[in-house]
Amino acid sequence: MAESEVLRSPHVIEYTYTRSTGPVIGAFLTGLRDGTILGATSPSGRVVVPPTEYDPITSEEVGELVEVGPAGVVTTWAWASVPQKDQPLDRPFAWALVQLDGADTAMLHVVDAPGPDAMRSGMRVTARWRPAAERIGHMLDIECFVAEGSG
Amino acid sequence: MYGGVSEPVTMLATPIRIEYEFTAGLAQSRYLKGIAEGRFLGQRCPKCEKVYVPPRGSCPTDGVPTTDEVVLGNNGIVTTYCVVNVPFQGQSIEIPYICAQILLDGANIAFMGLIQEIPTAEIRMGMRVEAVWVDKKELGPTMASVKYFRPSGEPDAAYETFSEYL
Repeated sequence: MAESEVLRSPHVIEYTYTRSTGPVIGAFLTGLRDGTILGATSPSGRVVVPPTEYDPITSEEVGELVEVGPAGVVTTWAWASVPQKDQPLDRPFAWALVQLDGADTAMLHVVDAPGPDAMRSGMRVTARWRPAAERIGHMLDIECFVAEGSG
Repeated sequence: MYGGVSEPVTMLATPIRIEYEFTAGLAQSRYLKGIAEGRFLGQRCPKCEKVYVPPRGSCPTDGVPTTDEVVLGNNGIVTTYCVVNVPFQGQSIEIPYICAQILLDGANIAFMGLIQEIPTAEIRMGMRVEAVWVDKKELGPTMASVKYFRPSGEPDAAYETFSEYL
């Protein structure tokens, strides 16, 4: 049987999950919708962003939520030269861990930059928000981060 | 867009979707073309002589290509089964229904099939069943060509005849 006789067919696998957020991530997402970034304070004084219900290191229940950012520092990054369908930006961008001002942990997001030469660990970035009317309580209510001062 | 701006967010939609092209491979392509002709094709291992259906092109025991094609029977034995009573999202068959492992005549491995035209309480190990196909003009290289299996009316198979296929 020749290779050309091999059958092919398009397949789609899709799961339409809806997850309950719980009180802490729910508050974080509500904050994003309202244009603020919230972190969780742990009893040891650390601020965890995105907030979790328990401190990932000490396992203690977190206390009040505090506002952090919207600017911060890129701690590490990777350049995505060929963006895939459904990724946050439709042009080449950087995946980056951003430690927001006031936070003790870094948060994964994307940085819109002209090219990898414009990226470096330690650079300051700030959140670029979606218009308020388009925000739904989702990580991508922050459209991306951009170099501070670049608008 | 979010409805009530003052309402806290409690739920998050996290859809996952993968679009891809499935390539059946040589052996399964042969099998599916057999299905499009209304028959089950298996492949025999040249070493252990076991007949696999659907064929994967090689023998998992001996690791050799299964080049010898075998036309299998339209009838077979229910080796084991499960009555599905639980509804779930995307279910296309009315519950309760029977999902069975069926050992086709001439095959050395059972495959999964839907059993219909029988009260669920009457299904049993060893029951003889036959494949019911869609109309000839609707046959295609898809498992949707096999509508289901139903009791063939033949006497039950003795346990010893299928005990090694459980």
